[in-house]
Order: sequence, then C-alpha cells, then structure tokens
Amino acid sequence: MKYVTEYRDAELVGATIREIGRIVTRPWVIMEICGGQTHAIVRHGIDQLLPPEIELVHGPGCPVCVTPLELIDKALDIAARPNAIFTSYGDMLRVPGSNGDLFAVRAAGGDVRVVYSPLDAVKIAQANPDKEVVFFAIGFETTAPANAMSVLQARALGLTNYSVLVSHVCVPPAMHAILGSPLNRVQGFLAAGHVNAVMGYWEYPAIAERYHVPIVVTGFEPLDVATGILAVVRQLEEGRAEVENAYGRAVTLAGNTLAQQVIDQVFAVRDRQWRGVGLIPASGWGLRPEFADFDAETRFDVGEIRTQESPACIAGQILQGLKKPHDCPAFGVQCTPETPLGATMVSSEGACAAYYRYGRHLTIDDLRATNDVVYLGQPS
Amino acid sequence: MCLGVPGKITTIYESEGLRMGRIDFGGTLREACLAYVPEATIGDYAVIHVGFAISLLSEDEAQATLATLREMADLEEELGPEAIADS
Ligand code: SF4
Repeated sequence: MKYVTEYRDAELVGATIREIGRIVTRPWVIMEICGGQTHAIVRHGIDQLLPPEIELVHGPGCPVCVTPLELIDKALDIAARPNAIFTSYGDMLRVPGSNGDLFAVRAAGGDVRVVYSPLDAVKIAQANPDKEVVFFAIGFETTAPANAMSVLQARALGLTNYSVLVSHVCVPPAMHAILGSPLNRVQGFLAAGHVNAVMGYWEYPAIAERYHVPIVVTGFEPLDVATGILAVVRQLEEGRAEVENAYGRAVTLAGNTLAQQVIDQVFAVRDRQWRGVGLIPASGWGLRPEFADFDAETRFDVGEIRTQESPACIAGQILQGLKKPHDCPAFGVQCTPETPLGATMVSSEGACAAYYRYGRHLTIDDLRATNDVVYLGQPS
Repeated sequence: MCLGVPGKITTIYESEGLRMGRIDFGGTLREACLAYVPEATIGDYAVIHVGFAISLLSEDEAQATLATLREMADLEEELGPEAIADS
C-alpha cells in the first residue's frame, strides 16, 4: 500500500465514472472546493470523461488566488525594504499585485526567498539576527497548523526578528457565501479532504441541512475525485443532502484535534477579504493579540495602500462557480501563465492556470499535438 | 502549495524541541514536523503538508474503500454494463 498508485488505477476510475453515467438521470452542478482537486480533474481529464449531465464548477479553495490584493501589495512593500528577508511559499512570487510581483522585487535587489515550510523561515531568522525575517502566512485550514507552529517555535527560541504577514481564510464561511448567493448554481460539494484532515467535518451537517446540498469529503487522486463525484450524484439522484466521507484513509469526523488546539491558541476568527470575491464576515483568522509582536502588519507601517485590480479579470466569478476560465475574454490571449492578469492564472491550483496548462483553450487537433495531457482511460 | 502528499516515516528524532521525522516520498527524502501526529511510529504513512504531518493514513480504511470499488467494477465486468443498467 503506497497510497498513490492504487488511486490512479484507470480501470477502477473508468468503472466509477461508468457507474455515474448509469445512475444519472438529469443535469447536476457540482463544485470541487479545492484547487488541488481542480488541478487533478483537469489534468486527468475527468471533466471530459464524465457524462454530459455532470457539470463541475471550480471553487475558491486556491489560497494563492484568494489572498487579497491589499495584502500582496503590503508584501511587496515589506519585501523591498533593505533590512528585510521576505519568505514565502513559491506560488506567491508571481501573483500580480497592483504594481508588479515578488519576483520583480527580487530582481530589483530585494531579499525574497522561497521556503518549503514556515519552519525554514524560522531557521532563516535564527541565522540572520540582524535582519527582519517575514513569512507570508497565507492559506486555508491546511497551512494554519504549520504557520501557527512557526510562531510558537519563534517564541520558544526567543526570536525577536521573526514575524508573519497573515492572510488565513476558512472553507465553511466560503460555502455559506456561495450557497447563500441568489446567483448560486452549486447543487453538491466535494469538500477539500486535507482541510478536513485538519478540521474534521463536524461543521458540515449544518451546512448540508440548511441549503439542502450533499457534501462529500474527497481526496486528491483521480479515483478519489471520481468516488467523491459518484457519492454526490447518488445523493442528488435520491434526493438526499448528507455529509459523507469518501476519504476515510486520511480524514476523521473530529479531525486533528491537536492541530485545532494550536490554531486556536495562535489565531482568532476575523473578517477577511477574498480576492475577486469581496469581504466575507468571520471567514478567516488573524493573530491573537498575545502574538502581536509577531504580526508583520503592526511591525511594518506600510501606510495607505491603493489597490488596482486588472479590469479584465473575472476570477472572482470563477471562484464562486458562476463562470469558467474560457468565459474570460483575456483567457489565453492577454492572460497566460507568463503574463498573468489575475491570481487564478498563476497558482498551479488556480482554475485558469489548470485550464491553460491542460489545453482547455485548444481544439481537439491542437490537443492531439501536445504530449502534456494525461487522459485516464484513454488507450495509450 | 496546498497539495498534501502521502509519505512514509523512516526516522523520528527531536530538533530544537520539536518532534521531526524523515519522510520517504517514493524515493525522495524530506524532513517534516511530526508534532501534530504524536502517535506516529516508524513505517507509518502520513499526509505531509508544507513540512508538517497533518494526519496518519489508515490502511484499514484505505483497503475498505478500494474493496468496495473493486466489487463494483467486478460486478460490472461479470454482468456487463447493460445488464446492470437494466437491473
Ligand atoms: S484568464 Fe486571467 S484575466 Fe481571465 S479570469 Fe483568469 S486570471 Fe483573470
């Protein structure tokens, strides 16, 4: 058991998708919340293998995509300071701010470093006591345990030169916002399995009941995604709206309670702006006042920030499941991964980037000419 | 960035007061913090996310899911898709 190859078994994926085709009787719109799942779906061509009744729309679960422009601009400001070392997950470097990105700051001489884990940023702070080391602590419930632990670790080590620029967002408030919108089209959810690995799924029955939507905790391999979709379709066809766990190998109802305790020790719930979507009340976390010393926003006075989003970008509507990337006139024309106008074209988890990378803007003939597309169930 | 990846815990040690481990991702070794999975032992598989193990993988649950799916696939093969569709 390696927990990877078993879940890429083309035969089982094929059987699962045929079962979906067998039971489906009418059109359904299903949203996968997590950008990692969006990527898996488009990469393995699951969206194209599904029966035409099933439409997948792509949710807001791409941390890089929803980090508000204002915070990107603050990051750019801090990273450009001569005494700062600005550390970040790699995906954030190309995200366009109002004026440029972190790559541009680095090219202009700023000390911007990519780290794999926030503990690496703590190590950099230890090694550079005369510098201010700032970590860009973005993400959903999945990165929060790591980001919170980095703050506790910096405190335990007595570091006074480590701070975090926090932009934490949470999934359940976003589900409420999507389902509560008069424009909502989503009839069932694939919940983001790794968010649930941390948080459990005890918060979800209230959502399923209130909006009468099935919610299925789903993993990230092609077979996981297909199984999650099958479970949602079964419920929809039978008129049920329940919470199910299709990712039992990694997720329990209670989640990782130790991680939840540490998150709660370091972070408190607050309103958050979501890029392209707007303010969602009580939708994220910020540092508790006890940890104000570690808050980059108070440590660095960045003054007033005037944000300027590209007027062409419709990423906000894509992240709410209202539009698809190819509905955007800029998609693949002015906006490509090399010249992104919006954050969803940057991150590997962004819907626009996934559609572009796997040729959803190309014709079938164009596609045949590329080798980059992996189709499951397609004879090789 | 947000992709958690399963890996096998090959060693467990302490560093700067934190419980850490070496994780084998199909041949590539990386360090991860094990503070959130205190019950982990060498040989366990865990989901690793930005350098932290966030959950241990349950082999029993994994086998159960696969068995259900295989049953579905076998039934289809035995009876043929049409037979199931008619049933
Ligand atoms: S294609 Fe580019 S401009 Fe259009 S919505 Fe996506 S990121 Fe925004």
